[in-house]
Amino acid sequence: MSLTGRPAFSSWVKPKPNSSERRRLPPTFGEQLPSAGEPTALSSTHEIMDKDRLVTAVEQEMSDELNLKTRKYLRGDGANLETLRDKKLKGQLAVREKLYGQSAKAAAKAEKWLMPTEEGYLEPEGLEKTWMVKQESIIREVDVISSRKPFDMILPELGPYNLEYASSGRYMLVGGRKGHLAMMDMMSMDLIKEFQVRETVRDVVFLHNEQFFAVAQKKYPYIYNRHGTEIHCLVEHGAPLKLQFLDKHFLLASVNKFAQLHYQDVSTGVIVANYRTGLGRTDIMRVNPYNAVIGLGHAGGKVTMWKPTSVKPLVTMLCHHGPVTAVAFHSGGQLMATAGMDRKIKLWDLRKFGVLNTYSGHAQTMDFSQKGLLAIGNGSQVQVWRDSGNQEYEKYMSHAMVKGYQVGKVSFRPYEDVLGIGHSMGISSILIPGSGEPNFDTWVANPYETTKQRREKEVHALLDKLQPETIMLEPSKIGTVRPPRRKERSTKKEIEEEMETAVEAAKSITFKKKTKGRNKPSKRAAKKEEEVFKAKRLFLEQQQMNNDRPLKKQRIVEAELPKALQRFSRKKAS
Amino acid sequence: MKVKVISRSAEEFTRERSQDLQKVFRNYDPKLRTHEKAVEYTRALTAAKLEKIFARPFIGAMDGHIDAVSCMAKNPNHLKGIFSGSMDGDIRLWDIATSIRLWKVPLLKMMDSSESDENYSKPLAVYVWKHAFWAVDHQWDGPLFATAGSQVDIWDHNRSEPINTFEWGKDTVISVRFNPGEPDVLATSASDRSITLYDLRMSSPVRKLIMRTKTNAICWNPMEPMNFTAANEDCSCYSYDTRKLDEAKVVHKDHVSAVMDIDYSPTGREFVTGSYDRTVRIFPYNGDHSREIYHTKRMQRVFCVRYSCDGSYLISGSDDTNLRLWKAKSSEQMGVLLPRERKKQEYLDAVKERYKHLPEVKRIVRHRHLPKPIYKAATLRRTMIEAENKRDQKRKAHSAPGSMPVQPFRKRRIIKEE
Repeated sequence: MSLTGRPAFSSWVKPKPNSSERRRLPPTFGEQLPSAGEPTALSSTHEIMDKDRLVTAVEQEMSDELNLKTRKYLRGDGANLETLRDKKLKGQLAVREKLYGQSAKAAAKAEKWLMPTEEGYLEPEGLEKTWMVKQESIIREVDVISSRKPFDMILPELGPYNLEYASSGRYMLVGGRKGHLAMMDMMSMDLIKEFQVRETVRDVVFLHNEQFFAVAQKKYPYIYNRHGTEIHCLVEHGAPLKLQFLDKHFLLASVNKFAQLHYQDVSTGVIVANYRTGLGRTDIMRVNPYNAVIGLGHAGGKVTMWKPTSVKPLVTMLCHHGPVTAVAFHSGGQLMATAGMDRKIKLWDLRKFGVLNTYSGHAQTMDFSQKGLLAIGNGSQVQVWRDSGNQEYEKYMSHAMVKGYQVGKVSFRPYEDVLGIGHSMGISSILIPGSGEPNFDTWVANPYETTKQRREKEVHALLDKLQPETIMLEPSKIGTVRPPRRKERSTKKEIEEEMETAVEAAKSITFKKKTKGRNKPSKRAAKKEEEVFKAKRLFLEQQQMNNDRPLKKQRIVEAELPKALQRFSRKKAS
Repeated sequence: MKVKVISRSAEEFTRERSQDLQKVFRNYDPKLRTHEKAVEYTRALTAAKLEKIFARPFIGAMDGHIDAVSCMAKNPNHLKGIFSGSMDGDIRLWDIATSIRLWKVPLLKMMDSSESDENYSKPLAVYVWKHAFWAVDHQWDGPLFATAGSQVDIWDHNRSEPINTFEWGKDTVISVRFNPGEPDVLATSASDRSITLYDLRMSSPVRKLIMRTKTNAICWNPMEPMNFTAANEDCSCYSYDTRKLDEAKVVHKDHVSAVMDIDYSPTGREFVTGSYDRTVRIFPYNGDHSREIYHTKRMQRVFCVRYSCDGSYLISGSDDTNLRLWKAKSSEQMGVLLPRERKKQEYLDAVKERYKHLPEVKRIVRHRHLPKPIYKAATLRRTMIEAENKRDQKRKAHSAPGSMPVQPFRKRRIIKEE
């Protein structure tokens, strides 16, 4: 499936590296001021001038803020229309760019005025630091609904717990190592279903909604209904260690005991791909939400990135000097955090594939929140780091649990300021102000979904299901023009193949039979041979040309060698 | 310390009563939406496929004539009716909505007094002149009409003689059309391969343009009345601007046989042509290839086409004595659409437009089934034209630079402009 088009001559436009957003943005808000400064008959001009300046300052601030917000909605720079010579196309594109600017402006205004919820914050006073603040003091300060959100569920017998939130943040899935599975509705703190599978459970993951979930059990992954009914046993996957679900593609990815990566389409049941990673058993697997690429962390310190349509990984990065212990992807698609046994936590830029920052510390598990906060679980302590500008992370909050609890998994709850912790003695959840996105979009993820809305969403998601071929490192490349590829010199084998096909074609030409005694078999054979020779001649000439050139090069090289080294040159035939 | 955590109250986000609508909250942040382009591409692909599934342009045929339909006329003030005339002299008025023939004019030979009077109509006035008439057209805004034959005559309703006559050259004038915007301007085409423009306020014809082949029909663009399109015998249509007749604005090439008739949509954005090669094509007003082709096994040589006055239908009259009603947009849902349906259609059209250059979408959107003779004829034509072009290029390459001037295609078919 080709997702990029052939270049059409007149529409090949190279974007200018400098921002050309001014082309898209209509005149800023500050310039469109109503003439507040028109003097009225009663006031003196001096007063009016001051008021004018005051009004202007406030308006200017607002307009700056709005401009900043608008930039977010523009989704990149505008096209550079000056290089176009086609006037009609230029006019059409200019109109379109103007429309983009208008819609971005409208979205910025909507964000400023129409959002129902405000985001959380934690502002320490005086000498207090944010990471000294304990959960109890937060719970005391916060309102009743929120004070019910953090909890501790002690389940000591059934092993270290894994937890997973649905994409709307409303439902939570809990899986204990010894086979304890439970699904809870976090808004009403209701237990929807709890059951025991009597097998080792390594991972749990929701499928496209809360109706189905997949569990990585001892031998195979299983898919269950919300009522706990086993629906499918996915035999092809083998003994899974980790499961991840690619939302928009309806693909369930699993990595198993033998380091094989399987992709299965859960809507049709087709196994899309299975690849041998070749780098040994690993249970560090994370899906990058921005481009749906699977990142695996290996015991040699490598992180590989996979897509379902290629046998080899897209990217292999050597991240650490020891085994990789945790990987997390930022939702914007630009940052990756990796932690290794070499006591380092590194932040990577995924555009340049280079390190941005290195910090010292261990991490068993990591997770990025919707607002970019990084939670790191290590031993019985959970730390939350925040970006203090320019991708520099510093400690924001810290939570120490009871000494014996070993943190197994941390996961931020979407659209809430809550961090869920799965540990060896059960599950906990703590409040992290400012971690969740306050305003959800009903068409993307709705925590207050009704049954009808859920069903409609499922149908629309299936209609818009993306094919596995659309997974790529840079998903914004779809629909862009592919740069023309320069044809490389074909290998010897390819040339031979081409020659063979040409000879076959020549041999299969049928000649018109001549009449009146001119149709002698010898003449026919000669004509056929001539055709075959003509087809071969082209390739033979090419071969000769190729053979001639290297000889000339070698002779020159030999002449350049100093006398002492000439005995190491190519031996001439004696 | 100041602390605030996200807390939502359920009342604010859910509806109060079951009669209320569900509350919808929007956050347009691009961070919440991953894979935007991939989703749009998938929707474009699905929309292209659905468009092909729902493409059923043929609505019905109006059967009744007993000889080939040679001409049609529509009244711009009445949406539902169309007049058709056949080669045996039969004129009928059809009600398109119910495809009932409303009345017919009897053949002069078969005037039977025993037939009931309501089915037959008596003419309001009869005009007789010295030569045979080939075409007739009425002014858009005025009492005059023009007839074409061996010369162009301008008549008034109340006079029994033409009030004016125009003549340029001795050849038969085969079609005539008045300009919708300028009521005194008309265009005619003659069998000496010319297109002549007349202004009624002047005493002689204004401009004449001679091409290489005969023009069968002309139509003015109702939205841009200075432009007209001529349907030519050499399988193409030529759009001209009357202010600059030395070159065609656009050459519309897609038919494989002579184009017999042409009519513009009331939006002025596209026109329909009927051709001798048994197909009806719809062209955009500024595009050089057709956007749509309609054909049926039963439809033989198409002699006349008309676009309906609401821009949604076309009527074609052909050799097989039938008038056929087609949809202008083959997958359009006719009738009143709910606002949500309409918005969805607009969105799908926009998303198809955005991704129409990608190979998979392009292949589906472009695909039209052609009848085998037309497909072969088109391939043959293409080969012939390519061969000619190659030959010209080689001649040019092997001759002295500048000795073989390249004539732009839009000028190539014009011989002379007077």
